[in-house]
Amino acid sequence: MMFLDYIWLIPLLPALGAFIQLLWGRKLSNNAVSAVSVGLPGVSFLWAVGSFLQFLSLPEEAHHVFTKVIYSWLPAGAFHLADGRLGQFSADVGFHLDPLSSVMMLVVTGVGFLIHFYSIGYMGHEGGYYRFFGYLNLFMFSMLVLVLADNYLMMFVGWEGVGLCSYLLIGFYFHRKSASDAGKKAFIVNRIGDAGFLLGVMLMTVTFGTLNFVEVTEAARSGRFGVGDGVMTAICILLFVGATGKSAQIPLYVWLPDAMEGPTPVSALIHAATMVTAGVYMVARSNALFILAPTAMALVAAVGAGTAIWAASIGLVQNDIKRVLAYSTVSQLGYMFLACGVAAFGAGIFHLMTHAFFKALLFLGSGSVIHALSGEQDLRKMGALWSRIPTTAKTMLAATLAISGAPLLSGFFSKDEILWQSFASPYGSKILWIFGVVTAGMTAFYMFRLFFMTFAGKSRVPHEVEHHIHESPRSMTVPLVILAVGAVAAGWIGWPKALGGSNHFEHFLEPVFENPMLRIAEHQAWSLEFGLMFFSVAVAAVGFYIAYRWYVKSPETPERVAASVEPLYQVLLNKYYVDELYDALFVNRTKNLGNVLAAFDLGVVDGGVNGIGWTTRLTAELSRLWDLWVIDGLVNVLAFMTKLLSYPARILQTGRVQSYALLIVLGVLVFMGYYILHF
Amino acid sequence: MQFFHDHILSIILFTPVLGLVLLLFIPGANKNAVRWWGNIAMFASFLVSLPLVFWFNSEAPSQQFKFIERADWIPSIGAQYFLGIDGISFLLIMLTTVLGFLSVLSSWTAIQERMKEYYAMFLLLQAGMLGVFMSLDFFLFYVFWEVMLVPMYFIIGVWGGPRKLYAAIKFFLYTLAGSVLMLLGILTLYFRYHTDTGIYTFNVLALQQHGWPANLQFWVFWAFMIGFAIKVPMFPFHTWLPDAHVEAPTAGSVILAGVLLKMGTYGFVRFSLPLLPQASASPVIVKIMVTLSIIAIIYGALVSMMQRDMKKLIAYSSVSHLGFCTLGIFALNPHGLSGSIIQQINHGISTGALFLIVGLIYERRHTREIKEFTGLSNVMPVYATLFMIVMLSSIGLPLLNGFIGEFTILQGAFEVSWHWAAWAVVGIVLGAAYMLWLYQRTMFGTCDNPKNQVLKDLSFREIATLVPLVIWAFWIGLYPKPFFQVLEKPVTAIVQRVNPSFFQAPPAVSAAAPLAPRPAPAALAEPPADPAHSAPGVAH
Repeated sequence: MMFLDYIWLIPLLPALGAFIQLLWGRKLSNNAVSAVSVGLPGVSFLWAVGSFLQFLSLPEEAHHVFTKVIYSWLPAGAFHLADGRLGQFSADVGFHLDPLSSVMMLVVTGVGFLIHFYSIGYMGHEGGYYRFFGYLNLFMFSMLVLVLADNYLMMFVGWEGVGLCSYLLIGFYFHRKSASDAGKKAFIVNRIGDAGFLLGVMLMTVTFGTLNFVEVTEAARSGRFGVGDGVMTAICILLFVGATGKSAQIPLYVWLPDAMEGPTPVSALIHAATMVTAGVYMVARSNALFILAPTAMALVAAVGAGTAIWAASIGLVQNDIKRVLAYSTVSQLGYMFLACGVAAFGAGIFHLMTHAFFKALLFLGSGSVIHALSGEQDLRKMGALWSRIPTTAKTMLAATLAISGAPLLSGFFSKDEILWQSFASPYGSKILWIFGVVTAGMTAFYMFRLFFMTFAGKSRVPHEVEHHIHESPRSMTVPLVILAVGAVAAGWIGWPKALGGSNHFEHFLEPVFENPMLRIAEHQAWSLEFGLMFFSVAVAAVGFYIAYRWYVKSPETPERVAASVEPLYQVLLNKYYVDELYDALFVNRTKNLGNVLAAFDLGVVDGGVNGIGWTTRLTAELSRLWDLWVIDGLVNVLAFMTKLLSYPARILQTGRVQSYALLIVLGVLVFMGYYILHF
Repeated sequence: MQFFHDHILSIILFTPVLGLVLLLFIPGANKNAVRWWGNIAMFASFLVSLPLVFWFNSEAPSQQFKFIERADWIPSIGAQYFLGIDGISFLLIMLTTVLGFLSVLSSWTAIQERMKEYYAMFLLLQAGMLGVFMSLDFFLFYVFWEVMLVPMYFIIGVWGGPRKLYAAIKFFLYTLAGSVLMLLGILTLYFRYHTDTGIYTFNVLALQQHGWPANLQFWVFWAFMIGFAIKVPMFPFHTWLPDAHVEAPTAGSVILAGVLLKMGTYGFVRFSLPLLPQASASPVIVKIMVTLSIIAIIYGALVSMMQRDMKKLIAYSSVSHLGFCTLGIFALNPHGLSGSIIQQINHGISTGALFLIVGLIYERRHTREIKEFTGLSNVMPVYATLFMIVMLSSIGLPLLNGFIGEFTILQGAFEVSWHWAAWAVVGIVLGAAYMLWLYQRTMFGTCDNPKNQVLKDLSFREIATLVPLVIWAFWIGLYPKPFFQVLEKPVTAIVQRVNPSFFQAPPAVSAAAPLAPRPAPAALAEPPADPAHSAPGVAH
C-alpha cells in the first residue's frame, strides 16, 4: 500500500519543485532547474502509475474508490441545512481515487511530464527559465489537487490554483502588453465562472450538508431528490457556469484564444490537455446530480454542441497557427460537454483523454514549427516544411489524422462514441448529432488546412528565416514521438462493440457513472451505429478533400472563395466580433460605472460630508457675526447707555473737596427747607 | 511567573505605556537611540502578547472570557478596571501587536523628523488599541476608544502628506461625532440599568444579562450603529477613509486599515449583537445593515477600480472588504460571524501588507500615481513577488487567507438568503479585476521611466516587515482550524443571544441519511421514467 498511502506525494512533489524554483531558482543553473523541475513531476508520474496499479489490485469491494483524509481543513462550524436541520460544515484536505480521478491523474502526470521534458529544449534560450518551471510545477500541483480532491471545496482550491498558474504563464512574457492583458482577461473571465461555481457549492452545502464527493453522490442517488428537482437543476446550472469559464464554453470562451500569448508548452499543457478539461471533469464528477437535472443536462448538451460548431467555424479562417489550435480546443471541449449533456459521461472522459494526447501533440508540434521558423506563427508565412522538419511533420500528421477522426486512430473512437450517444441516448437528439457531424467536417477541414499550409505546397517562408530552419533537438522530438504513439493508439482501449471490441475504457469507468436514475438507451442495431460512423467519417473525408483541393491543388481558390463571401469571411475572421461586443457591453460599462461612482463618491457622498463641515463653518461664522453684532452689540449698547446715563453724574464727580462740601451744605439746606415747609 | 500569568492582559496593555515613559528620557537629538528604543518597545509589546497563544486554549476552558482582571476604578459612578478576552479579542490583540511592531519597523528610514514624538505616538496608539479590545467595562472602553484618536490625529496631521491637516481633522471630527452618539447609547443603558436595579455599573457582562425593552434596544442600536459604522467604515460613512489613508504616513495607514477599522466591526460583534439582540436580529435592521454591506462591497470595488492613486485604490478596496465583514456579522449565524472575524484578521494582514508595499515604493519615488510605474518587476523582482502573494491573498485565492474568510462569510450569507451571496459574489469578481489591473499596470510591461530603472530592490529589513504577514496569510489559508477553534465558543454565545432557536434545530447526523423523498416541484417534474429503465438491476 506504499503508493496509495502516500498518494499526497503526487501533488506535493511538483509543489516542492515550485517552492524551490520560486525561492531559490534565480541562483540555480539551468541544468539544476531542469533536474529539479522535470525530475519531480517525473517521480510524481511514476508514483501515480504505482498508485494506479495498486488501486487496481485492491480487493473487489474496495475497488470503486480509495479515499485518504489528511487533515480537517475548514471546520467552519454549525449551520442550518435548507430543510432546517443543524449540520456541521467541514471540508477536508483529502484525496479521492476512483476510476475517473485515476484517468485524470494519469493524463495529467503523464502528459504533464512529457511537456515539462519538452520545455527543456523549447525554453532553453529564454530568460526566466526558473520562473517558467516554477509556475509549471505549481500548475501540476494545482491540477493534481483538482483531480484528486475528495470534496468540492478542495476541488475549488485546485480550480483557482490552475487559474492562477494560467494567469502567470499566459503573462509569462510580461513585458508584452498583449500577454499581460491576456493573462488578466483569462483570470477575470474565469472568476466570473468561479462565482457560479462558488454559489453552486454553497447551495450544495445547504442542500446536502456536505461537500464530500462520496456523500454527495450517495445522497443524490438515495432517492431523496426526484428527477427534475428544482434545487438540483439550480446546483447543476451553477456548477456548469463554472465549467463554461474554465473549459472555455459559450459565453465565457473568449479568454482561451488570447491565452495563446503564453509560451507554447503552456498552451499544450494548460490550454489544451489538462486545465481546460477541468470543467468536463467536474461535470462528470457531478454526474449523479446532473442525472437529476434534465434541464441542466439539456443546457450542457446545447452549449457543448453550440460551442463546438461556433468555435470550429472561427477556426476555419484563422491564420495564426496557435489560434487555429485554440479554437479547435474550444470546439473539442464542446464535444466533451455534448457527451456529458447526453449522459455519456464515459464518452466525454474518453474524448478528454484522447484529446489530451493529440491536442498536446498538435501544440508541441506547432511549437516545434515555430521554433524552427525563429518564432513565426503566421500560417501564410510557412509552407513546404515536410522534408525540412520531418519528425515534427510526421507526428503532426498523426495528430491531425487523429483529431479529424481518421478511422482507427484515437480521435475516431472517442468522437464517434460521442456522436453515436448524442444520436441514440435518451437525452440526445438528431439536432445535436447534426451539430456534431458538421463540426467533424469543419474540424477535418481546418486541421488539414493548417497541416497543408504548414508542411505542403510552396514555401512562403521569408528568405532571412529560410536558412535557419532546423529540426528541434531531441528533448523536443522525443515527447512528440511518444505523444504520437498515444494519439494513434490511445483510442484502442475504448474499441466500441459495434466494431467488435469491448470498450474496456467505459467499462472501467462504469462504477463512477452507474446510476439507478439514469435512463439507458434502448439497444439499437449495431448496423445503425456502424452506418452513422461511416457517415461521419465520410463527412470528415469531405473536409479533408476540400482542404486538399484548396490548399494543395489550387492554392488560389481560398482567396477567391473568401472574396465571394466577403462579409461572412470578415465576420469569421473577426471571431463574430464577440470581443468587441463584450468590451462594449461589459468591460466599458463596468469602467464607466466605476468612473460615475467615483465621481458620485467624491461629489455627493464626500461632498455631503464636506457640506456638513462647510455648513458648520458657515453657521459658526454667522454665529460669530451674530455674537459680535447682536449679542455683544446688545451688551455694548447696554454699556453705552450706562455710560451715557452716567455722564451727568460724572460732572458732579469733580474730586474737589470744596465742591463736595458745598453740595453737602446745599443738600442740608434743601432737606431743612423741606422739613420747615411741611411741619 | 504566576503574577505574569494572572496579570497578562495588564502587562500587555502597559508595556507600550512603559516604553513611552522611558522613551521620554531619551534625548530627541539621539535619533538612533530613539529609533532603536521605539522598535524595541514595540517588539516587547509583541513578545509579551505571545504567551497568550500558548495559554489561550488551556486557560479556563469553560469560560467565554479568560484572563479576567478586575478592580474598582471610580466607585462613585461604578466604573471598573475590568479586562478580559475571548477568542475574538484574542485574535484582534495578536493582530494589533504584530502589525504594531511591523508598522514601526517599516518607519525606520521613512520618518526622519520629530522622531521621538512619532514613536511616542505609536506607543500610545498601541496601548489605546489594546485597551479597546480588552475592556469589559463600558467606561474603560470609551476612554481607550477616545485615547486612540489623539495619537492617530497627530500621526496623520504631523507626518502626513500634502493635505494632512484636512485629513486629520476630518478623521478626528468624523469619528468623534460617531463616538459621541455611542456615548449617548452607553449612558442610556447605564441610567436605565440604574432605574431598573438601583445599581450604577458599566460592566458589559452585567448589562448583557439585563433584559432591555425592545423599543430602547432599537434606539440604542442606532446610536451604536452610527458610531461603529463610521469607524468600519460602512457605506455611506466611508469618505474619511480615503483621505486619511492617502495622507497618513505608511505606518499610519497600516494601523488605520489593519486595526482601527476593526474596532467598528468589533463593536458590532462585542456590543451591538449581545447587548441588543432583539434589535440586531429585527428584520428591518438586518435588511438595512445587509443592504449597506452589499452596497459597500460592490460600490467600493467599482470606485476602487477607477482610482489613480495606489493608496486610494487600496482604501476603497478596504470599504469593499469590510463590507464582507459586516455582511457576515448580520448573517447572524456561526458561519457569518466566524467568517467575519477571520476576514477582519485577513484584512489586517493583506491590506496591512498592501499599504507596506505601497509605502516601500513611495519611499523610493515619493509618488503613488499608478501611471508613474510600469514594469517594476524588471528592476525589483523580490518586491514584485511579495506584492504578487499579497495581492493574491487580498483577492481571496484559496490556500491563502482571504479565501477562508470570504468563503465562510458567503456561506453564512447564503444560509440566510441566496440573494445576499449572489450579490456579494460580484465583489469577488470585481476584486480580482481591480487588483490584477493594478498589478499589471505597475509591475508588468517594460520599465521605461529612467527614475524607475534605478530603483533598488528590497533590503533585508524591508523584506522582514512583509514576510511575517505572508507566513500568517499562508497559515490561515492552509490550516485555519486553530482560528475556528478559538472562535467557536464566543461565536456560539453570540448566536445563542441573537438567534436563540438556532441550536435547537434537529441535528443532521449523517447528511447522506435517507429522509423522506422530497416531492419534486410540479413544474419541473419529469414524467415518470419507464420503470424498466430506472430500476437499478436493469441498468447495464
